[in-house]
Amino acid sequence: MFEKLFLYLSMDFVIYAVIVSTLIALCSSLLGVTLVLKRFSFIGDGLSHVAFGAIAIASVFNLTNEMLLVLPLTVISAILLLRTGQNARIKGDAAIAMISVGALAIGYLLMNLFAKSSNLSGDVCSTLFGSTALLTLSEKDVIICGVLSAVVVVIFVLFYNKILAVTFDENFAKAVGTNTEGYNLLIATVIAVIIVVAMKLVGSLLVSALIIFPALSAMRIFKSFKQVTICSAVLSVVCALTGICISVLAETPVGATIVVVDLAAFGIAALIGAIAGRG
Amino acid sequence: MSLIEVNNLTVGYDNEVVASGISFRVNEGDYLCIVGENGSGKSTLMKTLLHLQKPLSGEIIFGDGMKRGEIGYLPQQTLVQKDFPASVKEIVLSGCQAKCGMRPFYNKEEKALALQNMRRMGIEDLANRSYRDLSGGQQQRVLLARALCAAGKVLLLDEPVAGLDPKVTAEMYERIEKLNKEGVAIIMVSHDIAAAVRYADYILHMGERIFYTTKEKYMESEEGSFFIRMQNKEEQDNV
Repeated sequence: MFEKLFLYLSMDFVIYAVIVSTLIALCSSLLGVTLVLKRFSFIGDGLSHVAFGAIAIASVFNLTNEMLLVLPLTVISAILLLRTGQNARIKGDAAIAMISVGALAIGYLLMNLFAKSSNLSGDVCSTLFGSTALLTLSEKDVIICGVLSAVVVVIFVLFYNKILAVTFDENFAKAVGTNTEGYNLLIATVIAVIIVVAMKLVGSLLVSALIIFPALSAMRIFKSFKQVTICSAVLSVVCALTGICISVLAETPVGATIVVVDLAAFGIAALIGAIAGRG
Repeated sequence: MSLIEVNNLTVGYDNEVVASGISFRVNEGDYLCIVGENGSGKSTLMKTLLHLQKPLSGEIIFGDGMKRGEIGYLPQQTLVQKDFPASVKEIVLSGCQAKCGMRPFYNKEEKALALQNMRRMGIEDLANRSYRDLSGGQQQRVLLARALCAAGKVLLLDEPVAGLDPKVTAEMYERIEKLNKEGVAIIMVSHDIAAAVRYADYILHMGERIFYTTKEKYMESEEGSFFIRMQNKEEQDNV
């Protein structure tokens, strides 16, 4: 079993896949706590569907670098969703549902109408649930992913205290003069970037899981924001790498395997939390 | 000069007036209570004082070197906070966010200020506990310490004893009174008229009639004496 694993690890494309997954897992977990507590979970979900639609458009136009289209479209949607969400809560929820389902339908329709490849359902399935494309990454993909992840991590560290303040109590932050709208915009933009990057790993339907599960697990066990953030980052990376190893060995789909590992980790964390809470 | 002077202020949303003709002032060391029924515009006035929304007309003048954002605010608790994984220290420190500006991390002075205010509120031994595991009274003290980090001269308290049991309520009022004696001006929005007339120097009554007066005059006024009669009656009924 280990021989098989080592054999894979000696290959360039596997190394690329491992580097990219580690980076993606790391930055996708960072904003999880904020997303969960600010009730932004739905925005994450909605955005991943928008990204799916954008990828469909990109493939129709045969763009060589789909990121150029997908990233701006997703960021704009994030900003729009946040705007509507702030004005009225219920309307915001409806808007998210509308945009996400609409994007999904348009994406699928476009892929159907302008199908380039003979394996349409395979294409759709890999965009929705992640693909083996993880193992066909080029050096350029690794660089793009690395740069975006680095940007996300740097932004998060620089604005860590502000993100904490705005997440915990937006009204207080605003009252003492913090530019809460600006930070909400920043958070939404970073979430959009994370989703676009993380889709490569687990596909658009499963991407919210990658963002939310590590944070939820860490919240069961740890007490402070700093501990929770560090724990969810570590947990996310460990789960992603474990998931990849399992999927390579058992030949299961990468995205789904990672999410199942995350789910298992959440179960364990909930158990630890329950025991510690009682003790 | 007063710390805050409000002249003929009209507050509301968009162009819908919620309350108008509001005038009052807050001097250093004052204890002002804002009382009135639900929907009388108490929260709207409070948000306007905090610059969370714009006044429709009238003026708010900050004097004595007070700047925008220098009102320490104790908000009512929100749902988000119930399950928030943050330590007491982290939350108190977030009161310093305005002092921090664009600097990404808190410096030594800010950390010392946070510690000092935790001591003041008697929560320094809770520093590493999680906020969500605390009792309601302890949580209020954490938020009060945070408000003190943001501003030392004026505190604006929004229903500070909502949801607390009688013993903790009394403790909370004592703490607020102590801060007031130390020279912090208090503006308290409250339903609790009994506490208002007990602790405050001035009352701003919001309702059909909006007026600002001393506590003594308020007790003689129609509105004030009505509440006091009601309260006495309740006490008699309870006996």
